[in-house]
Amino acid sequence: MAALAQHTLAAPAPAEKADGYWIGVWRRLRRDPVAMVALAVIVALILMAILAPYLAPADPLRGQSLRRLRPIGTAGFPLGTDELGRDMLSRLIWGARLSLFMGITPVILAFFVGSAIGITAGYAGGRVGTVIMRTIDVFYAFPSVLLAVALSGALGSGTGNALVSLTVVFVPQIARVAEAVTTQVRQRDYVEAARASGAGPVTIVRVHVLGNVLGPIFVYATSLISVSMILASGLSFLGLGVQPPNPEWGLMLNTLRTAIYVQPWLAALPGVMIFFTSIAFNLLADGLRNAMDVKQ
Amino acid sequence: MSAVDIRDLRVTFGGVVRAVDGVTLSIERGEVVALIGESGSGKSVTLRSLMRLHPPRATKMEGTIAVEGRDVLAMTPRALADYRGPIVSMIFQEPLLALDPVYTVGEQIMEIILRHEKVSRKEARARALALFERVRIPSPERRLDAYPHEMSGGMRQRAMIALALACRPKVLLADEPTTALDATVQIQILLLLRELQRDLGLSIIFVTHDLGAAVEVADRIAVMYAGRIVEEGTARELIRNPRHPYTIGLLKSRAHGVMEKGTRLDAIPGAPPDLARLPPGCSFAPRCAAAIESCQIEQPPSFVVEGGHRARCFRWKDAPAQLGAQALGAA
Repeated sequence: MAALAQHTLAAPAPAEKADGYWIGVWRRLRRDPVAMVALAVIVALILMAILAPYLAPADPLRGQSLRRLRPIGTAGFPLGTDELGRDMLSRLIWGARLSLFMGITPVILAFFVGSAIGITAGYAGGRVGTVIMRTIDVFYAFPSVLLAVALSGALGSGTGNALVSLTVVFVPQIARVAEAVTTQVRQRDYVEAARASGAGPVTIVRVHVLGNVLGPIFVYATSLISVSMILASGLSFLGLGVQPPNPEWGLMLNTLRTAIYVQPWLAALPGVMIFFTSIAFNLLADGLRNAMDVKQ
Repeated sequence: MSAVDIRDLRVTFGGVVRAVDGVTLSIERGEVVALIGESGSGKSVTLRSLMRLHPPRATKMEGTIAVEGRDVLAMTPRALADYRGPIVSMIFQEPLLALDPVYTVGEQIMEIILRHEKVSRKEARARALALFERVRIPSPERRLDAYPHEMSGGMRQRAMIALALACRPKVLLADEPTTALDATVQIQILLLLRELQRDLGLSIIFVTHDLGAAVEVADRIAVMYAGRIVEEGTARELIRNPRHPYTIGLLKSRAHGVMEKGTRLDAIPGAPPDLARLPPGCSFAPRCAAAIESCQIEQPPSFVVEGGHRARCFRWKDAPAQLGAQALGAA
């Protein structure tokens, strides 16, 4: 017995201090300079949107027909004025509110709906899974822009309807990822081990499937935010989303289109905002994926 | 009453693949039985059948399985969930895959205890801690809060054993528990299993393809080939006096004693049969040097060699001599 004890006690490796999973992810994310810059940009944009009333130098809705289309750098209007003589800087700051809202909300809604559908299909598998996923594929078959435009057109223009149609566009995409990841997780040994210790389907989905599936879906959803922003801007550009005179970057791009020969730099400004915001979300999603990948 | 009583178990996948073809095996309380055989011989399938872990839609199971007097094949899903854990539990081959990567090991053990017993979280944690001490995990308090990837291979397997013991099972199934570990850790885990078995009075069925490990821990060994048990007996009998040509082949194919550098290991020629198209006679006959005509035609019944030592071979009396089993020496 004593000999046995000695034998089994041999060679324990020193364990490092155990941290939570998300703490580890954050630690690795912090070492990624690109992701951190992207995160800083996003935080700055969100702060800008929240603090718009305090940051904007002028009323974004009040225009003066006497000073239309002033170039960038005009005294009193650092970023010029738009086609109705409204302060561009103020409109861009206020525009962050609607643009970010339109970019993030559909993805959040689609995250919940799509995950629920995908996890159900993936865990059920077999015939139930096939029926659900083939139905989803019908929506997936349409190009996202076309689907968003068609749905918005059918529902009528307006912010709310644009949100709904964008959500419908993203649900199939997220559901497909959720289904794929769930199918993988379902075959893992730890799910069988859980079953072997008496866990029922509800426990397995709640604990083991959700715990392992939500991370990858979350990363994928983050990368959709930029797509959503661009689509939302596109809808507004077509007059299907946010309605004038509300400031939204896509809509501003549309209304300034006529000025593109007169003040090309001015007309490009909302596009620049969309570009940087979506790139920031994309880079953050990339960094997040790398940070969450290092499991072993 | 024996702890586990399997009678004429047949498991068929997808209607064609006969993974287990008439296995009869009984395990006494407190007994350790090793199932050995090469990959695809049906040993893991037999083990998983005891917990009914195969996908129900694609699997057909016939025969009877009684564990601690309960008819396993007749259980409702509800009864099955109550049976898995407190009566029978299982240790998996690769603990890194069998532990959920996103929860701490302690959480996973507590989860199982809370699933089966009405205890507080605090009590469950105390139980988990006691289990960690039981399986000799150093600084157990801290390791409870560790994630599986933060532990070494041997420690993970100890944690896996603690997880399997969480609800005080009566029968422990081990599916190649040491295959994924390095050699020095393997022996520690085997000794731990043997010790736990003795202290807790567990019955263990232990699947392996490592004959050395089987001899180390098992009271009895059952050799499986193509879904059937071809020979079973006490570990000692099987090593000293093997009767089935396949067992002899397995024994001869091991590295034994001091071998000259460059010495070839004896291999069994050929490959196991396709389980979807089993030959009508003895499934080992195509690879067997001692095969006679009747081996091709009908399946050999189980011959009693001596006491509990049985072999499914028509030539059990003379095959060993012909195949040179005597030359094995004291293995």
